[in-house]
Amino acid sequence: MTKIGLEIHSQLTKLESKLFCSCKANYREFEPNTNICPICIGLPGSLPRLNQKAVEKATMIAMELNCSTPEKIAFFRKNYFYPDLPKNFQITQLNIYGDTSVGGKGIIMVGEKKIHITRIQLEEDPGRLLYEGSSEKNQITLVDYNRAGTPLVEIVTEPDFENPKEVREFLNILSNLLENLGVSDPSLEGAMRADANVSIEGGNKVEIKNIGSFHDLEKAVHFEITRQQSLHSRDIPIIQETRHWDDKRKITISSRSKEEDLDYRYFLEGDIPWVRIGNEVKEKLKAEMPESISSKKQRYVSKYNIPVQVADVLSADKFYSNLFEEAHTKENAKEVANIITTDLMGLVDTREKRESSKLTSSHLKDIVDSIQSGKIARNSAKNALYEIVKTGKKLSDIISELDLGNVSDESELSKIIESVISEEPQAVEQAKSNPQTINYLVGKVMQKTKGKADPKLTLDLLKNKIS
Amino acid sequence: MNLKISALQFTRDVKSGNISAEDFVAKTMERIQNVDDKLHAFLSLNDKAVDQAREIDKKIKSGEKIGQCFGMPISIKDNICIKDTRTTCASKMLENFIAPYDATVITKLKQQDAIFVGKVNLDEFAMGLSTEFSAYGPSKNPWNTDYVPGGSSGGSAVSVSAFECVASLGSDTGGSVRNPASFCSTVGYKPTYGLISRYGLISYANSIEQIGPLTRTVEDAAFMLNLIAGLDSNDDTTVNNNSEDYLKDINSGIEGKKIGIIKEMIGEGIDPAVLYATKDAISKLEGLGAICEEISLDMIKYSVAAYYIITATEAGSNLARYDNLRYGYDFSVEGYEFNSYIEKARKKFGPEVTRRMILGGFVPSAGHAGKYFLKALKVKSKLIRQINDAFKKFDLLIAPTVPILPFKIGEKINDPVSLFLIDINTVTANLTGKPAISIPYAISNGLPIGIQLIANSMDDKLLLQAAYALEKTVKLPEVPI
Repeated sequence: MTKIGLEIHSQLTKLESKLFCSCKANYREFEPNTNICPICIGLPGSLPRLNQKAVEKATMIAMELNCSTPEKIAFFRKNYFYPDLPKNFQITQLNIYGDTSVGGKGIIMVGEKKIHITRIQLEEDPGRLLYEGSSEKNQITLVDYNRAGTPLVEIVTEPDFENPKEVREFLNILSNLLENLGVSDPSLEGAMRADANVSIEGGNKVEIKNIGSFHDLEKAVHFEITRQQSLHSRDIPIIQETRHWDDKRKITISSRSKEEDLDYRYFLEGDIPWVRIGNEVKEKLKAEMPESISSKKQRYVSKYNIPVQVADVLSADKFYSNLFEEAHTKENAKEVANIITTDLMGLVDTREKRESSKLTSSHLKDIVDSIQSGKIARNSAKNALYEIVKTGKKLSDIISELDLGNVSDESELSKIIESVISEEPQAVEQAKSNPQTINYLVGKVMQKTKGKADPKLTLDLLKNKIS
Repeated sequence: MNLKISALQFTRDVKSGNISAEDFVAKTMERIQNVDDKLHAFLSLNDKAVDQAREIDKKIKSGEKIGQCFGMPISIKDNICIKDTRTTCASKMLENFIAPYDATVITKLKQQDAIFVGKVNLDEFAMGLSTEFSAYGPSKNPWNTDYVPGGSSGGSAVSVSAFECVASLGSDTGGSVRNPASFCSTVGYKPTYGLISRYGLISYANSIEQIGPLTRTVEDAAFMLNLIAGLDSNDDTTVNNNSEDYLKDINSGIEGKKIGIIKEMIGEGIDPAVLYATKDAISKLEGLGAICEEISLDMIKYSVAAYYIITATEAGSNLARYDNLRYGYDFSVEGYEFNSYIEKARKKFGPEVTRRMILGGFVPSAGHAGKYFLKALKVKSKLIRQINDAFKKFDLLIAPTVPILPFKIGEKINDPVSLFLIDINTVTANLTGKPAISIPYAISNGLPIGIQLIANSMDDKLLLQAAYALEKTVKLPEVPI
């Protein structure tokens, strides 16, 4: 049996400042080493100043993942030398002296399967190392501390996954949960990173580090399982070790460093007093938390009668569910959901497209209103949507500019229907004896009007003319 | 110009126009020029001190609002950051470190119009109790320059004792304020943990150390505390003292107060002169109406061992940042490899720091933590329990600050363990977070002896009142320099 466990690092990108100082948590737009201060570069004499908001957001994550949340939390020092670590220790959390991290044991459902969370800890991100130079000989390492001290939660799972597909499903659910909670934007570069540990047939555990994206995580796990299976089938023992994911070659490589032997000499961080998170605080945080994905889904199904699969897709994604929330009324909810999931999702399927999209919820409302009142056909609505996303123009302008309005003028439509009847005598005869085949003729009318004929009016007129 | 006045007397004299800040500071700088060759209290001097004093005189003359220090010349231990000033920790590692910011205590003193005459010597990174481990050479005891001034805030104690300033700030991790205060015959006070912000104090063992004043009188210590204590948003471990006025009612006396004499601190190895002074102090306190009784805190037996294990562990972590990426040697990028460079850079540490780095890597390490670090933490919590129990019965505890008299420079430098053991009477206040003060009590064969009082957490005011009462019973000769 294959066992896979994960350690996911998610930055709290929605926070204003770093975990222990007031430098920006959003370090991405700064020139190297300009988003720094005495605290986050660990100058002698500086002291960490705990960002209470980070503790609150991390506690929210713990509650969202159904984790136990201790009454008091503490911070520890993890001691090791590395050039990206300004103090040569990382302030993090630990549960070896009782549960003192923001989250203890918890559960996430992946379909019918329970994935157990071991713990959630709040910690600081190190700086970034950049390598320059072509060969190992003339390579130089540059250090950028802009990222140092960014708030990070580490989510550790039990080895409950059995295949890469489950890993991917879990990661999708997790990143949706974090985004919905408003704590993190998982699509930002480096906002979510993961390590994995893999073992097969009860054998030794191999850790894979340095995986930069969820996409690669699935690949890395897949590669590692295959590698271990191939060794196993040839009776070659699998060594317990740490392997690094080679981004370029898409393989895992044994890390020659003695990282696995590191002794972190953990001890309590005396500069940060224990933080009490009592029930009153937790109640307050619960009240501030946005509606969960599962509750949204349930509401969409029971209140608006939206099909379960549609509700599932709609609720999971904050961007789309926000649009839905703003555009829908009790009457049009189903249609709004439909337009979003069948048309819009195909149009804005990347982060860039979402960001450049000019579509607002009132556009969406107009479109659905126009469909329901017969102003435009469902087909034309899709074209209009495409234009709106691109230009942000008003729907009425687009309808007239692109001539998308329905042909609902009786005399005009009659003329077209008559020409179809004269062109298709056989079909007309058939429709007379078998009324169900009349749809063929409706289709022909639609063809001639490029889909703009009002379907209901067309059907009525056709029936009249034939009988 | 009489430089031998207390801090409070100085502020009164300047305020009343008896003396000018400029004259006093100029004379102080002159005094430093004259005696510091012999004493080596200072590592660097503020060449703008006299100008700054002149500005303060102008402010006073023009009737502008003036801070409570009135241009009082203060020395600062060189592990406390003053903006744009070299802060070396008496280490080669930080030889060129110019602090880009002020420590909170410095900000507060600047607001009160204090003048920093210079940065004073210490054992490297505050590790030691003789100032012999300064990378820039030892300070000398003004009572006899063949002897150590104590440490690690040796420069602070020397500068106050030899009238090179009216007060000083030091730091106390295991006695580093009280020990040199005792050896140089000044007042040395370590407040309750969290009472004074540590922001800007370069950490050695951050969970137990505090900044503390070294002064000529107990009143001066209370005055300094008034200026620098209290909550600080830059230090999460600070406590709210509700802007307590520590000077008010300082002469309340100690009648009816119960004082415990700590048995473990007057036992084996104590110098007879120190024991005699302690007994004398006890009888003086009894004379003032206090009730004194012996008490045993048997965890003190293990306190020094626990102290060195805990401080080495924290120091190992706090000093890990000196990895040569930003401190240490100049380096060329060529041939740079991180691990070998750390190794090279860390050779800049002196012998005592190196010793503690090695110890700090070992005692909390996997496989050894149970035997050392975790056990030390257990001793610490048991000691806290014992001392808290003692304070259910007693208002204060008393013991000599140091069990021995000052020793000769070089006498113990090759025997680190015997040096460690001298801390036996001071580390308890740090491990338990309690406030403690050393006051000058006696001179034996020309060498000073200090008496220590310890109070319960946040009983700093009571502690200062008791110290003030005891101080009033003492009359000591003047320092012979």
